Amino acid sequence: MNTVVLIAVVLMAVLGLALGVVIGWFAKLFRVETDSRVELVTELLPGANCGGCGKAGCSDFAKSVVAGENPPSKCPVSSSEQISAIAMALGIDAGESFQQRAVVCCGGDMEQTKRLLNYNGVLDCVSASLVAGGPKGCSYGCLGMGTCAHHCPFGAIEMINNLAVVHRELCVGCGNCVAACPRGVIKLVPADADVHIYCNSPAKGAAKKQVCNVPCIGCRKCAKFAPDKFTVNGFLAAVNYQAEAFPTAEDVSAVGCPTGALLTVEEHLKIEQNEPEWSAGKK
Amino acid sequence: MSKKDILTFDGGIHPVSDGKALSCNAPITAAPLLDKYRVLLSENVGKLPKPVVKAGDLVKKYQLIAEADGFVSANLHSPTSGKVTGIVDVPGPMGTLIPAIEIEADGQDEPCEPMPAIDWHKADVKELLKRTADAGLVGMGGAAFPTHVKLSPPPDKTIDTLILNGAECEPYLTADHRLMLEQPERVLEGAAISAKILNVKNVYIGVEANKIDAIEALGRRAAEFGIKVATLKVQYPQGSEKQLIMAITGRKVPTGGLPMDAGCVVQNVGTAAAMTDAVCRGIPLVERVTTITGEVVKNPGNWLLKIGTPVIKAIEFAGGVTAEPGKLILGGPMMGFAQKSFEVPVAKNTSGILLLPVELSMNYGSTGCIRCGRCVEGCPMNLIPCLLGNAVEAERFDLAAQNHVMDCLECGSCAYVCPAHRPLVQHMRRAKAEIRKRKK
Repeated sequence: MNTVVLIAVVLMAVLGLALGVVIGWFAKLFRVETDSRVELVTELLPGANCGGCGKAGCSDFAKSVVAGENPPSKCPVSSSEQISAIAMALGIDAGESFQQRAVVCCGGDMEQTKRLLNYNGVLDCVSASLVAGGPKGCSYGCLGMGTCAHHCPFGAIEMINNLAVVHRELCVGCGNCVAACPRGVIKLVPADADVHIYCNSPAKGAAKKQVCNVPCIGCRKCAKFAPDKFTVNGFLAAVNYQAEAFPTAEDVSAVGCPTGALLTVEEHLKIEQNEPEWSAGKK
Repeated sequence: MSKKDILTFDGGIHPVSDGKALSCNAPITAAPLLDKYRVLLSENVGKLPKPVVKAGDLVKKYQLIAEADGFVSANLHSPTSGKVTGIVDVPGPMGTLIPAIEIEADGQDEPCEPMPAIDWHKADVKELLKRTADAGLVGMGGAAFPTHVKLSPPPDKTIDTLILNGAECEPYLTADHRLMLEQPERVLEGAAISAKILNVKNVYIGVEANKIDAIEALGRRAAEFGIKVATLKVQYPQGSEKQLIMAITGRKVPTGGLPMDAGCVVQNVGTAAAMTDAVCRGIPLVERVTTITGEVVKNPGNWLLKIGTPVIKAIEFAGGVTAEPGKLILGGPMMGFAQKSFEVPVAKNTSGILLLPVELSMNYGSTGCIRCGRCVEGCPMNLIPCLLGNAVEAERFDLAAQNHVMDCLECGSCAYVCPAHRPLVQHMRRAKAEIRKRKK
């Protein structure tokens, strides 16, 4: 009995040793040369794999940083401390950091904008936009079925009353929602801009008013108030994001947008708590 | 007629109630004159034509109002006499706003000098093709593809067969049926002209077996034009080009190919009738037969509508509605397009105006695939719709592309037979849109 156990133990030990040597030898033979710096940068990156930098994922981005194709600041998710940590580790320049945030340029939720079609198909904005151009009266506004929210890797988009709204503190500006939206209603804007025009329709003012309570009708009131901060193109105003200073909450109340398309980010989050004719109270 | 004589293809479905009884006995009626028409500049295929009139111009009926811009584009003519009030944006059949020429009718409906009639037996092909283009002929079955383009295939393709599509497999629609029954010689002569342009000897006209009276009407005159009438099985989508070619010639259009890759050209019977008018009478395409139907329409029927008639007016011709409609669809219930505005004007390819009652346009909710395989049996293109649907639900559009989603006709057979009520066609349409977007 004892001999049997002894033979088994010795046999296994010898076998293990022999195979270990073989594996060790093969590991040396087929060793893949990796750049330790790539691994280091991958460790330092957030690991969200959001694609905001334009690369396939964080480790792909790390490769391009080490190769010098991209500066570390191209990562939209990392904070400035994290970026400088990467730059320090590699001994390179961090690059100019430009933080962006997504903004849904539409205030037309369930109450504010008419639905013309009794849509009962797949709850997905791309699918819905293929049926009669979408159920909404406005052909340019948010369809409100949450395709962008579904594609956001950071959970920064909330659907409130069939309108997508961006929580700025969660958004990193990776642009996944911009690519997902079939209407092109989501735009990337500088992170420190607080005020936006929440309308995306280039249609005529009267046509927009027929279907929506809160369109930009191109009245130029904002552009007259601050010509450097707002521009008007046709029937649609826009915040001038190239300007020195962005409009502030005080500017919004001073302009007194007659339809309520000019809002601060906080006001947009609360749009559903307002009365449908809320613009009337603001006048 | 023996069973063997009835031709068909593999796959497809048999709708339980086809709704054709509502309007198939109503003769084609000319619509009364309206005071305003809006002629859409857009066509589904090709470039927008350029308007040649401006606000304030007086136009006569049949006068050219927009000129083809490039080869794949078609002329537009005024449906009546009156004054052009301008170019306005109106809701188009796809749900977007598109420009249209608005004409205020003067009530005279006075025609302008017609183009000279052509004796097509003696005329040469170039002259006939030019007339086809001048008269603004487009495919009236659905895609509105300019006819002169279809009839001038590239020289490296040999065309030996012309097939006239009188299958009208879409439920509810009876416009082509009435046209073939009431004016068979117009259809047949147009087919003979097209055959001359293409220089083909084999000309078939395919009609589904549920239109026996139309088959007889065509059969009486077909021989003198050298055309064979093919009786097709009542099976949807028999009127799809590729299925029609399969049923009549037994040839298969290669994946991603066009009918001309199988040596065939398929033309709608309405287009053939318009061809006769254009060549023998010099009249451009300004009106078409459209079925106005549905359970909630008071008097469903077939109307000769002028291009540019707003749908809401067309429904008034048919007596209006008896109940609140659930959905307005241009075309048939299987492949037609749901509309969100009643202001959309009738275009050259509007074969039907369908108002479905609320109970037929409801969504009863869908569940997961139960792997019964009925969609696979039903698919006329031999695809695996359940698998494609799963791929789309998982947003694996690459997988959908590998499984040939681009060959999907969007005929709706899979969604019709699915016991789990999966919205398969909508998934296919999304996959096709996404794949096209990525190719760009």
